[in-house]
Amino acid sequence: MGRYLVQRIGQGLIVIIGVVTVVFVVTRVVGDPAKVMLPLTSTAAQRKAFDHQLGLDKPLIVQYFDFWKGILHGDFGESYVRKQPALHVALDYLPATLELVFVGMAVAFVLAVTIGVIAALRPGRLLDRAVTFVSLIGLSVPQFWLGLLLIILFGVKLGWFPVSGRDGATAIVLPAITLAAPTTGRTAMVVRSSMIDELNKQYVLTAEAKGLSAWRRIGVHTLRNALAPAVTLFGWDLVRALAGFDVVVEVVFGWTGIGHLAYDSILGQDFTELQAIVILVAILVVVINICMDMVYRLIDPRVKVGA
Amino acid sequence: MSATMIAPQVPAPSEPAKRRSLAAMARSGLRELWSDKAGFVGLLLVVIFVLVALFAPLLAPHDPSAQVLADRLSPPFWEHGGSMRHILGTDQLGRDIFSRIMYGSRVSLLVGVSVVLIAGAVGTTVGVISGYFGGRIDGFIMRVVDTQGAFPGLLLALLILAAVGPSVHTVIIVLCLDGWLMYARVARGTVLSLREMPYVEAAELVGCRSLRVMVRHVAPNMTSPILTVAVLEFARIILAEAVLSFLGLGVQPPQMSWGLEIAEGQDYVYSAWWLVTFPGIAIAVTVLGVNMFASWLRVAADPQEREKRFAATAGTLGGGSI
Repeated sequence: MGRYLVQRIGQGLIVIIGVVTVVFVVTRVVGDPAKVMLPLTSTAAQRKAFDHQLGLDKPLIVQYFDFWKGILHGDFGESYVRKQPALHVALDYLPATLELVFVGMAVAFVLAVTIGVIAALRPGRLLDRAVTFVSLIGLSVPQFWLGLLLIILFGVKLGWFPVSGRDGATAIVLPAITLAAPTTGRTAMVVRSSMIDELNKQYVLTAEAKGLSAWRRIGVHTLRNALAPAVTLFGWDLVRALAGFDVVVEVVFGWTGIGHLAYDSILGQDFTELQAIVILVAILVVVINICMDMVYRLIDPRVKVGA
Repeated sequence: MSATMIAPQVPAPSEPAKRRSLAAMARSGLRELWSDKAGFVGLLLVVIFVLVALFAPLLAPHDPSAQVLADRLSPPFWEHGGSMRHILGTDQLGRDIFSRIMYGSRVSLLVGVSVVLIAGAVGTTVGVISGYFGGRIDGFIMRVVDTQGAFPGLLLALLILAAVGPSVHTVIIVLCLDGWLMYARVARGTVLSLREMPYVEAAELVGCRSLRVMVRHVAPNMTSPILTVAVLEFARIILAEAVLSFLGLGVQPPQMSWGLEIAEGQDYVYSAWWLVTFPGIAIAVTVLGVNMFASWLRVAADPQEREKRFAATAGTLGGGSI
């Protein structure tokens, strides 16, 4: 386990080095910071001074190492718009995103397992077909549009939930449902198909013959085995949500998390902030991936460590 | 497995299949598709989508950019104040929403097809090379794939679009940069299992060069898994383009895109619900159609899944993971 962990951390570091390099290349080589950050009316002299101030007149390789030096010291530069250290700003916005992602994903998991199991109990029946179809819709509907529909229906017409912002406990309901929709659809389908496979196995019949209640048979014996593939897929979606898929949900609902901050930074051409966000999220994703891998290996003894 | 034991004499089992005429294959495929109504409806929706995109200028009732300010924000025909002139109503500039949706499908089709072709070609080639040669090359390629797979893809895409400047071309490039991974993984996995097939070993023993083995014997048997991935990716790409355009980082205004329509209609959610509703339905129905077709294809293209399907629960929709 220890050796495997070291190996995984090594892989994680490679990922972070890769992301930092891509961010550097995109912002310094492909894009021209002076062109996007300074007003169009700026003179050549002003641009030169700007380049000098940010160290953009140095050779690229020197810039690259300076970039790394800053990052290793926790210095991601200053947010161009907010005039504050970019990392601080990003960390300020992070909790709201974590809140939304974790609530949304928890909703998705509970819904997906319930729906998937119900569908699997009577494959081919009306209920199964209905559930499968709804799952398929869940992953076909664009999230931002679903969010707008929920706003129109529950926010504007019925007035049950606030349409925007983070005030009050009910504010999270609509964004969380929106974030959960595609994950619910995808995971429910996997739960369904692995439940069907599992329910057809001999041990279920044995359990039934022994007189175990349906609840124990399905809820404890079968579900436990059927959940493994769903958990893998689910973990994937959790990471995907953090790695950018919540941007659009946060924008639609005015949820002031890191995704919304990223969007604002793009509109304001605040590349310092944006690169801090991307690198911070990359680190977060690496850490979560490693944690999930460990948890998964603890849950399922069939997965050999290091295999 | 026992059947494959005697296979070495036969160079490639795909050979007789190829001789069957295309028309016959299409006919039997369609017959099978008809028995799965969901898959059939899916294909139908995809065909309609493609036809509308191709022939939008002939089919659209109005010029999509013609502004009639007197008619602005008129509701769909069944609502009070709507008319049959604009069956789905008009937007804030009096442009016909139905026509704009028809034209909007063109960008979805263009981006979807380009990305699937480019990313599919690159990813499959890389995956085949990785799986066929194995060893260090495989180790290196898979390390690259795994590393990039752990990148926060969408955030990086947003960063690139913001730095380079949004346009249809940048959207295609950005989605390709992210999209090839899936094909590489699937292609490699398939090649690894095909490599163990007796007919591939036989071809190698006879002295075929690697390129010939790959092109003649391995590649034809990869069509179905890669095709399934391509169809699923097509759905994903349509959604991704809509998201990018919605955020203002994709297709830019004079051009039309469903995501962009929704973004522009967002300011009118309170007064004119139809602005955001109909383009959204267009996206959802198209993606749903592609997904329904893909879940049929996934089962139909996989011999093991086929067996399961025809043996036990006939008639259930798809039945598997997406």
